[in-house]
Amino acid sequence: MSETPAELKYSKEHEWVRQEGDNVVTIGISDHAQEQLGDLVFVELPEVGSLLESGAECAVVESVKAASDIYMPVSGEVIAVNEELADTPENINDAPYSDGWIFKVKLSDSSELDGLMDADGYNAFVAEDR
Amino acid sequence: MLIYEQSRSGRRATAQAPLTRAAVCAIPDRFRRKKAAALPEVSELQTVRHYTRLSQKNFSIDTQFYPLGSCTMKYNPRGAHAFASLPEFLGRHPLAPESGSQGFLACLYDLQQMLKQITGMQAVSLTPSAGAQGEFAGVAMIRAYHEANNDDARQEILVPDAAHGTNPASAVMCGYKVREIATGPDGDMDIDALKAALGPQTAGIMLTNPSTVGVFEQKIRKIADLTHKAGGLLYYDGANLNAILGKVRPGDMGFDVIHINLHKTFATPHGGGGPGSGPVGVSKRLEPFLPIPLVGKDESSYRWLNEEERPLSIGRMSAFAGNAGILLRAYIYAMMLGREGIVRVADYATLNANYMLKRLQEAGFEAAYPERRASHEFIITLKKQAKAHGISTMDIAKRLLDYGVHAPTTYFPLLVPECLLIEPTETETRQELDRFIEAMIAIRNEVEHTPDLVKDAPHTLPVKRLDDVRAARELDLRWQPEE
Amino acid sequence: MPFIPHTEEETQQMLETIGVSDIEALFDEIPPALRCGLLKEIPEGLSEMEIGQLMAARAKQDGQATCFIGAGAYDHHIPAAVWQIAGRGEFYTAYTPYQAEASQGTLQLLYEFQSMMTALTGMDISNASLYDGASALAEAVLMAVRANRQSKSRRILLPRSLHPTYRKVVKALVGNQGLELIELPFNPESGRTDLSALEPFTGEDIAALVIPQPNFFGVLEEVDQLTNWAHENKALAVGVVNPVACSILTPPGEWGEKGADICCGDGQPLGAPLSSGGPYFGFLCCRDKLVRQMPGRIIGRTVDKEGETGYTLTLQAREQHIRRSKATSNICTNQGLMAAVATIHMALLGAEGLERVALACHANTQQLSEKLAAIKGVEKVFSGETFHETVLKLPASSKAVLRALANHQLLGGNDLSDDYPELGNALLVCATEKRTDAEIERYASKLARILSGADDVLCQLHPKD
Repeated sequence: MSETPAELKYSKEHEWVRQEGDNVVTIGISDHAQEQLGDLVFVELPEVGSLLESGAECAVVESVKAASDIYMPVSGEVIAVNEELADTPENINDAPYSDGWIFKVKLSDSSELDGLMDADGYNAFVAEDR
Repeated sequence: MLIYEQSRSGRRATAQAPLTRAAVCAIPDRFRRKKAAALPEVSELQTVRHYTRLSQKNFSIDTQFYPLGSCTMKYNPRGAHAFASLPEFLGRHPLAPESGSQGFLACLYDLQQMLKQITGMQAVSLTPSAGAQGEFAGVAMIRAYHEANNDDARQEILVPDAAHGTNPASAVMCGYKVREIATGPDGDMDIDALKAALGPQTAGIMLTNPSTVGVFEQKIRKIADLTHKAGGLLYYDGANLNAILGKVRPGDMGFDVIHINLHKTFATPHGGGGPGSGPVGVSKRLEPFLPIPLVGKDESSYRWLNEEERPLSIGRMSAFAGNAGILLRAYIYAMMLGREGIVRVADYATLNANYMLKRLQEAGFEAAYPERRASHEFIITLKKQAKAHGISTMDIAKRLLDYGVHAPTTYFPLLVPECLLIEPTETETRQELDRFIEAMIAIRNEVEHTPDLVKDAPHTLPVKRLDDVRAARELDLRWQPEE
Repeated sequence: MPFIPHTEEETQQMLETIGVSDIEALFDEIPPALRCGLLKEIPEGLSEMEIGQLMAARAKQDGQATCFIGAGAYDHHIPAAVWQIAGRGEFYTAYTPYQAEASQGTLQLLYEFQSMMTALTGMDISNASLYDGASALAEAVLMAVRANRQSKSRRILLPRSLHPTYRKVVKALVGNQGLELIELPFNPESGRTDLSALEPFTGEDIAALVIPQPNFFGVLEEVDQLTNWAHENKALAVGVVNPVACSILTPPGEWGEKGADICCGDGQPLGAPLSSGGPYFGFLCCRDKLVRQMPGRIIGRTVDKEGETGYTLTLQAREQHIRRSKATSNICTNQGLMAAVATIHMALLGAEGLERVALACHANTQQLSEKLAAIKGVEKVFSGETFHETVLKLPASSKAVLRALANHQLLGGNDLSDDYPELGNALLVCATEKRTDAEIERYASKLARILSGADDVLCQLHPKD
């Protein structure tokens, strides 16, 4: 059974969002998502400074046999990316909610967070998906 | 051991280096290479022995049963290789004049004619170098057709969700958006989903028939009518043409454009990843757009048809005329089959597939589409085994290698979980098919009683299971001299 | 029934197992109205002997003329061992190495191929082959557009000195993706692309500059200057090279200050017979940082579960079978066997053997061009230094002269009057290491005879023919 920390928000595309204050959020992919993808071998990170709408493709995670797009769960400006993933994409497998974070976004519209699921909602969504 | 690791500075295969001529080199220093390329320095015997030994680490049609679904790994006749390799054919320069090329051009012209007959299309161009380039050419012709009609709104190509990955990739290379259509539970296309997707934005639809799930798409005429009514064109992916050779023709099903994989249906070798050849055939309305060059015939002489004769062509796909040597092999094969033989290919490819399917079902394996007749290939799903014993289809595929059989295609199409796509082809004996079935039964017993034997397979090959995660994370893509 | 092994009895038993009465019943899901019946226009099948006789007759009809044509396909000696090994069934009849453990021969060979191609070109990464040189350039151009994040323009500079068919193929293959291909003029004196041709684009947004070495005329481009110009203008430098020439010329990886970013070309000179234009293979090499934009198969070295070295397809997430509509290319089947041929060829020749081949070609073409240019009315067109091809201007219709030479079993070169009308009656000629002094002499004497009017085809030699 995969972990779903209660303090995070989740998207239907299996991203998690952590509020860091000051309208900044950290984004990664859920434990469930990394399990589905298997051992990750590469992460294509978004460019710092890019302004992206919610739903836009912004990054790619690759395993040996699959590649999966990551979509912006919220709109905003990318203000930081996890450069370490370039050499250690396995951090996403090993610690999806900590060392495996992917990028940080300065929100354009914090009300978009209300459209995301909480942990229970996400667990129910994943169960339904199966 | 790499060839590089057998290299010794100063060693040469001297017989292969022409003598240096006395003439001066007129190339100024600023253009000259400063340090020799790091190629191995080995003798001729070392080279022969090294690559002969490497060859022995391969599975191949010549040495193993190779039931790779969707790939039509049939016998590659030696005669085709021998006659395509006559010195006049090997030595002919691609830009040699037509006057001295009539024999070669006659073979290509005859092949064009035969492919027209076999596919029911109006015209054929042999030039695409492989299936994917044929797809590109086909979709590019669809695009050229709509553009010629000033029908610029058509920006979408439909593909079934079970399509080969080349289909959507080719459509994108032609500048189109791709929209997927669901497959119904019986393996045929979901007609309601198709209706919902068709519209003034539809440029065309790409289909394989028999489809990638190994069944004949029975509603093909309906699909063709709906698509044509919506103003779109139909593309036929020829990957599975072996199943219907001489039985039913894509042209008669309503397709506007098709590519043929000569390295599948027409028995040309696959060479460990090519060369292939992907001729395209078209209906009347797409004929002006065919890629060039084509071979034409006036009275009794043959000639190339180029830009001048074909001003609306989508253009050239390669520097010369595609994989000519492969075209000769396909021509020789088709001539050996003849009109009766062509039908028998489909007969026996289908017989072999249905026989294997039936026997595997009797042995308790689960068919993905049990209500359907197999075409020349079929899918079984190992999801029960996966669930009960934690064994993946990949494990079983690897274990099959230990039994001396190349694994069928695994995990394709993606919509069937834990699947094996099995295509025996017509050139295999019943005994070979039985051996495969017995191997599958034996492996299933192993799965139940000694699962680790399967999980750790293969055991008898030159290497054990390879770490492909490491291969992708720690890229090592070339040998480098030690500094 | 060629190649179908079933006996009558076996067929019956198999039908019984399936539970149908005859084979026809297996096609019962095909709507009867669609069935085509016997294809009468296809001839009856031939035995191997009969088709062999037909092919031998057709081959004989074409003969074996002495070849002085290059233009992208070169008549080199191929060591006997190359095809004897590459033609072994284990290489010839294997599929793409998806099952790595059962394909170590092909995979290790392709890893060696990648190693040799990077050594020859001075680049970091090579893929495992594309279809041919022209389509490889199209892929290189698309790759450059994807990789050059500093450029938004999708504009590509293509010199007019680049092979004209390569330019056409690039246009056909990338034209639907909104790329703009801009032609750069060549200097009519030297036959090369001057920096002045690039001047109008200095400071502009250009995705890539294509640099052929040697160019289509055989002339050596000032690759260092061109590469530097590209980098100063934030464009990628894409080399198009001949692999045999690479053995004596500065490799693309060392062009200018930083080296080319991508290079490609046709591998035919490495062991592929002329064979009417194919199968050859395209190669594509790049810098480390561009590897994820590379199309086509790539082989990586790794270990098996016991730590032993092995080889496998890698970075497959770039490819169509995984990435589908977002793949780097639609390519699936490549020209694997031809890459095998090239690998064995390069191993046999080594760097020194390739250099000797290159120098012999260079010397022979020098000799040919001197001999021909000594004929009255024949002139060398360009002053730029050449590798193993050169352009000559004739005092009569180049098409008619080539026809007259062909009557003497001489393929006298490639006519340029259609693709480069500005050059007049120009021929591109090539003499590889295979051309003997006697053959060169024979060409010169026949040409002199034809041009002097002594040959009976004189009356056909109208300049506008």
